[in-house]
Amino acid sequence: MSANDSDDVRDRYWAKTRNMTILVLVLWAFFSLVVPWMVGWLNTYKFIGFPLGYYMIAQGSLIAFVVIIWVQNWRQDAIDDEFGFGEEE
Amino acid sequence: MALMQGRFIDNIGRVYGIYTGGFLAFIILMAILEQLGVGADTIGILFVAFTIAIYAIIGWLSRTMEVDAYYVAGRQVPAVYNGMATAADWMSGASFVALAGGIYFGGYGYMAFIVGWTGGYVLVNSLMAPYLRKFGCYTVPDFIGTRYGGNLARLCAVIVLVVASFTYVTAQINATGTIAARALHIPFSYGVWLGLLGILLCSMLGGMRAVTWTQVAQYIVLIIAYLVPVIWMSNAQGFGIIPHFTYGEAASSMAQFEAQYGLNAPAEAMAGLSVLTTPHTGPVGDYAEWKFVTLALCMMAGTASLPHILMRYFTTPSVRSARKSVAWSLLFIFLLYFTAPALATLTKLQLLDPSLPTAIIGKPFAEVAALDWIQNWSSVGFLAIADQNGDGILQLNEFFMRPDIVVLATPEIAGLPYVISGLVAAGGMAAAMSTADGLLLAIANALSHDLYYKMIDPKADTAVRLIVARVLLLAIGALGALIASLQLTGILGAVAWAFCFACSGLFFPLALGVWWKRANREGAIAGMAAGFIAGSAYLYYVYTGGTPWFGLDHLRFGIVGMATSLVAMVVVTLLTPAPDEEIQRMVDETRVPSGPAILSAKH
Repeated sequence: MSANDSDDVRDRYWAKTRNMTILVLVLWAFFSLVVPWMVGWLNTYKFIGFPLGYYMIAQGSLIAFVVIIWVQNWRQDAIDDEFGFGEEE
Repeated sequence: MALMQGRFIDNIGRVYGIYTGGFLAFIILMAILEQLGVGADTIGILFVAFTIAIYAIIGWLSRTMEVDAYYVAGRQVPAVYNGMATAADWMSGASFVALAGGIYFGGYGYMAFIVGWTGGYVLVNSLMAPYLRKFGCYTVPDFIGTRYGGNLARLCAVIVLVVASFTYVTAQINATGTIAARALHIPFSYGVWLGLLGILLCSMLGGMRAVTWTQVAQYIVLIIAYLVPVIWMSNAQGFGIIPHFTYGEAASSMAQFEAQYGLNAPAEAMAGLSVLTTPHTGPVGDYAEWKFVTLALCMMAGTASLPHILMRYFTTPSVRSARKSVAWSLLFIFLLYFTAPALATLTKLQLLDPSLPTAIIGKPFAEVAALDWIQNWSSVGFLAIADQNGDGILQLNEFFMRPDIVVLATPEIAGLPYVISGLVAAGGMAAAMSTADGLLLAIANALSHDLYYKMIDPKADTAVRLIVARVLLLAIGALGALIASLQLTGILGAVAWAFCFACSGLFFPLALGVWWKRANREGAIAGMAAGFIAGSAYLYYVYTGGTPWFGLDHLRFGIVGMATSLVAMVVVTLLTPAPDEEIQRMVDETRVPSGPAILSAKH
């Protein structure tokens, strides 16, 4: 524990965590803010019978959010363990 | 007691497995009773009474006099179950009862709620939950008060929390009252108080611990009640067992039906009832995309600032399990939200598609007026048909309905047995009660812990603190029921307002408290006060008839509040000195998952 406590390790840990959080927020903004802007255009395409824009809002973006959170947690756990900040459960 | 709790936690899967099996057996029993000729009213009463009795028993078994158990359920709730409890906490009467109806009538624009109420969890997971859990607080103002220091910051957070949560809770008590009144055949004003009694039975004795275990039970009831009618209806219409991936043709065909029948305003409007005037699958009108995005953004930021949700993540054993439980929460919530558009589409198809026997639009007027479900719902004023153009045919703009009843009426529209209607009523009750529980507890805990214990009487002993918490719970619940019984607002408007209040005042002070070390007390106070006041003032302006700026109406006032909050917080922070060493070290500690919490276990 004390070996990990040096400021350097913490800084590198935080830099990695922060970069991943930024990536997650970019993906989040794409599915929650950019996709709704393009719905009119997306609706000119079809996907398994749905107008594509409608599909993205009714299901696609929602599925993306679920996947984003699960993948983020999996990667964050790996980062925690890499720097020795993971907790035993 | 500690031994009992340990044994319960070890057997939790089995306990809820038996419970779920028991509930399914109860549904089958009701179906058999219906076949034997038991009346619809009796079945409705049995459904609601049976489920409320179960919640009350769980609430009584979870009673406690320990601070840690009362405020954060002893911090030992496993991630999956905390996910279920959060999902029940989250999905309110608005999600269960009103959402699909809103999509039915509001069309595409309304789906911003779906995106907002799921996407918000990405913000909760990335910006808030793990860090607040590491902090070890009991309430959200506890974090603000400790991170920024000083009673004024804590008080600002308490005020925003109380206003946002109280707005929300009146809508939930309203919903429990509506359902209780319908299912038990009592006047609405009695229904409200009966609903409150059920809510208090779940939370009074055991605080957060009791609320957690009843919410898990309520989630199981509400998700079964939401999925069964949709799956049933989908089978009847030939879309297969799981309609979600096969109703594409139905969604596509909506544009054709809309063109065929015409989306016109009625010749003569009816107060409180709507006709279908908005298209199902795409944006329309000025600022359509902008309005969608701003509404979604308010709902997402509000999700990440609403204290009754954030405090659920204080109950997990560790930071990692807090994150894991956010992921489970979203998965459980997703199950309902991705079903809602399917429900709205299939119900609309039932009424519009002339090839289905249930269709009513385009049919002779007298024939439709003779249908049982039309008569049942119009006799209570929730539905109306009027042959306004006098051609003897029911046109699309002659069919009036209250959006809130679409989910409740769907089983009857689709001709399903009454047992399904009883199940849906029990589900709606579970959704409204579980959210009201969480909200009442959030308010009472903030007032008892932050206002009374931290600011008024820091020497109060445990027994007094917990008695104060319970008295406040009772008082706030009674006030909420009183206001709900006046029926000042609709369910949905009040819910959107609660999100906007929360994000106006709390979003940036919470997020920047973790993510910007330089943020200081003066900045946080300015952010909370300016954001909250600007948001409320703008709400007052548009609600009293002011012209909205860029289409930002009263559902979206959080955009104005959040922008003001961010600017005020950054400017004031930069004009005043940086926080001291100790606070900066505290922020560093918050960012690291391992190690002891910032606040001691029994503060």
